[in-house]
Amino acid sequence: MAKYDEIERDVRMQDEVLIVNNVGKTFVTEKRLNICALHNFSLSIKENDFICLVGPSGCGKSTLLRIIAGLETASEGKVLYRGNMVSRPDKRLGMVFQEYSLLPWRTVLGNVGLGPELAGKPAAYCREIAHRYLEMVGLEKFAVSYPYELSGGMRQRVAIARALANDPDVLLMDEPFGALDAHTRIILQKELLKIWEANRKTIVFVTHSVDEAIYLADRIVVMTACPGQIKKTIDVGIPRPRDRANPAYGKLSARILDMLEEEVAAASSAPLRDQRKQIRKEVI
Amino acid sequence: MSKVNRFLLSLIIPALFIILWWVLAWRVDNPIVLPRVSDVFALLTSPTQNLISMGSLLSNVFVSLIRVLVGYLLAVLMAIPLGILMGYYSLGYDLFNNFLGLFRPIPPLAWVPLVLAWFGVASFATMFGVEEGQLYIWLNNLKLSMIFIIFIGAFFPVLTSTIYGVRSVNKTLIDGTLVLGANSREIFTKVLLPAAAPSIVNGMRTGLGVAWMCLVSAEMLPGSISGVGYLITHAYTIAKTDIVIAGMISIGAVGAVLDSVFRLFESRKFKWQSMTR
Repeated sequence: MAKYDEIERDVRMQDEVLIVNNVGKTFVTEKRLNICALHNFSLSIKENDFICLVGPSGCGKSTLLRIIAGLETASEGKVLYRGNMVSRPDKRLGMVFQEYSLLPWRTVLGNVGLGPELAGKPAAYCREIAHRYLEMVGLEKFAVSYPYELSGGMRQRVAIARALANDPDVLLMDEPFGALDAHTRIILQKELLKIWEANRKTIVFVTHSVDEAIYLADRIVVMTACPGQIKKTIDVGIPRPRDRANPAYGKLSARILDMLEEEVAAASSAPLRDQRKQIRKEVI
Repeated sequence: MSKVNRFLLSLIIPALFIILWWVLAWRVDNPIVLPRVSDVFALLTSPTQNLISMGSLLSNVFVSLIRVLVGYLLAVLMAIPLGILMGYYSLGYDLFNNFLGLFRPIPPLAWVPLVLAWFGVASFATMFGVEEGQLYIWLNNLKLSMIFIIFIGAFFPVLTSTIYGVRSVNKTLIDGTLVLGANSREIFTKVLLPAAAPSIVNGMRTGLGVAWMCLVSAEMLPGSISGVGYLITHAYTIAKTDIVIAGMISIGAVGAVLDSVFRLFESRKFKWQSMTR
């Protein structure tokens, strides 16, 4: 049996967990303007990968994550999760949001145990699981507190515990630390890595912080400005735990920041602006 | 400020008001224009006393309360499901909103002539075919016309708040629960309803207030032989102003008690809402 499991695992290891295939997304605004948020985006993600998506704001990185999660549908292309097309939310694809998504009328424990509860597990089991994951994020003392009684950092820890308690295969994180202060952010980054190393999930992490991406990721996907496409995929070769004082860290950071600056500049440059005007005219 | 101090502070204005009334009544010296405080107080302190052969203050308040609660419950039972439907499905909203928007501004009192033409003096007793006994006396107090007026008064506040409550549920709460594997029924019971509950209950509180305010106009309708509203109008025709005022105070007091029950419930159950903002 053990042997079989190992073989099974090996086969899975070679497979891509997620394949994003030529995904495009076009929104139509109220003024009937077509806004292309994503264009021709392809990416494959392997088991246990920690991928960070960085890009200028409005480049569609959150949209991409929502498409992967099945919360939005792609206008073109498709997302495959272990070979099956994603068309609706799936509990194997967990997600942590930037905004607080905890249910404010439930206690911390009730929030963390929500996943197993939805899966129809008995109440005692849900509590047990919730306690275990709260312990993992160091908040077991706050089990009976309500989300509004916690600080921003603690709430995001609860959100992470809630996602993990549902035992997802892939964890999608949409700027989960975006609203936190710098210090709390660094602490949570460390914790997230610890949890990831202990649990071995595949993580797709969206951020606008280059530092955060380098600190966390195996692979960084730099996106172009609107419409979002892949500008460059970078393997972060620096061994963990990563030291921000390491020259390689600084060099990589400068390189990615340059790319992003280029994108922001290009997005506001004359040719592109004209091109946009053109698009607008055509739509009208 | 301590609790005792705050309580004493809240008594200052009512005390001044009573003193003013007392002085004015003494100066006016005409119980038909303004009865003395002591006369009204005497009526209120013996609520079981039989008044102008119309039963006691207490029994009339009780009859009114039952009427209001019946009309109100019917309104709540219809407004909440409809409100959820209109809040959740834009089809439901588009279908009903303009139509109901026409009825919303009509004061409940404006329905009186129509309601009389429709229901006359028919009561629940007529409706259920009960013709004698204690049950008849009770059901006959519940005139359809009155219930309808109270229903109209309570319906719109509950409906509006329910629609608003369901529509303003934070999208991230829904997304966050969807990705945990919830189906649409679970989204409804575990996210939408609890998230909209404070707004719905707030609408229920407003609705009960309006229903209670419609009482006097409802009980002025023909066929009414009991209730505080009727007590007031009848006492007025025989110039018993002290009974009029005692009736008004009873209406106010009962209304305030009902409202504070809701407030207590809200502060206990929906603490998260005021804290989350």
